[in-house]
Amino acid sequence: MAIVRRLAERLTARASVDPATVASLAARLDAASQVRLGRSLSIRHVNAGSCSGCELELQALTGVAYDLQRFGIRFVEAPMQADVLLVTGPLTRNLREALEQAWDATPDPKWVVAVGDCAIDGGVFKGSYAVLDGAGASVPIDLTISGCPPNPGRILSGLRALLEANSR
Amino acid sequence: MSAFDTFQSTQAERCDPWLHHLLTQTEWSAMAETLAGKAVRLLALWAEADQVHALLLDEVEEAAAVVSCPVESGGYPSVSAAWPGAILFERMVADLWGHRALGGGDDRPWLDHGHWPMSHPLADRPGMAVAKAEPPEFRLDVGYGEFQLPVGPVRELIEDADHLRLTLRADRIVQAECRLGYTHKGTQSLMLGKSPRTAARFASRLVGDATVAHSIAFAEAAEAALRVEVPPRARILRVIMAEIERIAGHLLALGTTAGLVGVSAIERRCARLREVLATTSERAFGHRLMMDCVVPGGVAIDIAAEAPEVLREMLDIIDAALPNLGQGHSHSAFAARLSGVGVVDPTLAARLAVGGIVGRSAGVPFDVRRLSSMYRGILGEVPLATTGDALARCRLRRTEIAESARMLAALIEALPDGPFAAAMPMDSGEGVGNAESARGDVWCWLRLDHGQIVGVFPRDPGWALWKLAETTLVGASIDDAPLIRHSLGLSASGMDL
Repeated sequence: MAIVRRLAERLTARASVDPATVASLAARLDAASQVRLGRSLSIRHVNAGSCSGCELELQALTGVAYDLQRFGIRFVEAPMQADVLLVTGPLTRNLREALEQAWDATPDPKWVVAVGDCAIDGGVFKGSYAVLDGAGASVPIDLTISGCPPNPGRILSGLRALLEANSR
Repeated sequence: MSAFDTFQSTQAERCDPWLHHLLTQTEWSAMAETLAGKAVRLLALWAEADQVHALLLDEVEEAAAVVSCPVESGGYPSVSAAWPGAILFERMVADLWGHRALGGGDDRPWLDHGHWPMSHPLADRPGMAVAKAEPPEFRLDVGYGEFQLPVGPVRELIEDADHLRLTLRADRIVQAECRLGYTHKGTQSLMLGKSPRTAARFASRLVGDATVAHSIAFAEAAEAALRVEVPPRARILRVIMAEIERIAGHLLALGTTAGLVGVSAIERRCARLREVLATTSERAFGHRLMMDCVVPGGVAIDIAAEAPEVLREMLDIIDAALPNLGQGHSHSAFAARLSGVGVVDPTLAARLAVGGIVGRSAGVPFDVRRLSSMYRGILGEVPLATTGDALARCRLRRTEIAESARMLAALIEALPDGPFAAAMPMDSGEGVGNAESARGDVWCWLRLDHGQIVGVFPRDPGWALWKLAETTLVGASIDDAPLIRHSLGLSASGMDL
């Protein structure tokens, strides 16, 4: 562990930038472009027992029709790269541990977005012995996007709202 | 004469449109051995408080039957020696009802990962929660120079929650074992005690990519049990929805496959077409995936007045796009990459009761639409291939999209007037329904008591496909694993129940 920490320290030292350079760069960028360039979100999707209906709409969102990337939002594979955990499904008991591990592995600051009625409160599966009635049973939810499943436009406007809030 | 005529002397109940034969345990064991040799396939195996049921299909005569045997001192004879596909069902029955398959050889849990507040949730008296072994036990040998690779349940970008455990030697897959149950939502327990109309919501949410197929199979089972005749208009509307969903499913598989081998042009075209289908479905039926649109008795609401026009527009777009979905010389690299990848063994496919595109790509000529009264006089030739590889499946998908579009064009013009739903009486009975999804044949068995569901089992094609994948993945490069997965259409939620 000590070796890892020393390595990390050395990397951070090398990566630290000259404050004067930053100040001069910042002066050359006007406020508008700074807002534009500073907007991006990395999302790790966690399936917490979804019927895959929400996934179909998420796939539509990343496809040509909605092209999520042009808003600076992208899906990433590793929770370590993510700003946002996007949770679908009613949180089955069998997936609770997986969601919690993904949450633990996501660096702060992080947001949790519950997509679909299931992730919000269990949806139609509320009360079943096998589900925990929504992602909130295990991780703190910051934003909910309702619908069964919510259509891509609705998911997109939810994520953009998060983006706006993030860039403030 | 079907293979089920051997049951003539046994006690039988009505299980419309077929029969439900009640066997003794001895007859049950003998039945498995005899019928497995006669090309009878085991589609599903499930249970009730004191009985185990099996849904069988005689592929030659295209007849189905339900057979049962009593559970004695908590056990029943395993049939997995005759039908290898029975193993997963037997593990599921042990988890949900607590009935043990005697001589089955695999008593590891399947759905119950040790996190539920009780054991055997569907038994008359559920037991205490039992902490199961975690991490799960896999039956894979790891030899010298080999290593194990766990994949899942949280994996890749936007995916199902499932787990594949692979043994690798360099980059070759030597052995594969799947472990599912992560997305088990207790759907059956929620359906019990409700009317078919109320429980249709759960059938619609078994799995998103086959929501129409599961809704139709469920509705047909309820209608068969209560002997309700569905109005002609509703029948045609159901076929229209089912075929749109099948086209969408094929496009998803085709597009994902193309994306995985780097042909992004086809991937984009498929994505654009899928969006056209979803938008059309919303305008015509009120929901992008057509969830909750099919209900027992008919359809939930009549189509919008503008629907025929919208559907015709959709078909024009599909027709115009079809030639660019990977045909011709320009895509020979695409074909070369897929050729020989994920080759399905036809004998195993038949033994596991694999239907759909995957079965047909390996020469298994089964299409459940041929059994369905909905498709009588509408269904054309069902295309067949023999090579069993990913390329054959891509070609079949393309041909089926064209065929479904042709069918849709005819149906829109022939839509009869009249009511769109029939009333469902508060009656008792037992029935079986089915539908063809993009991934294969979906079935549903239902038992009603005075209008309430007392027993239900929806059978997703995943049960057969996952078992097949364990064999199909062997020998492949690890780089091809995602390709084979998507080519076979593996999906967890439907069979996780």
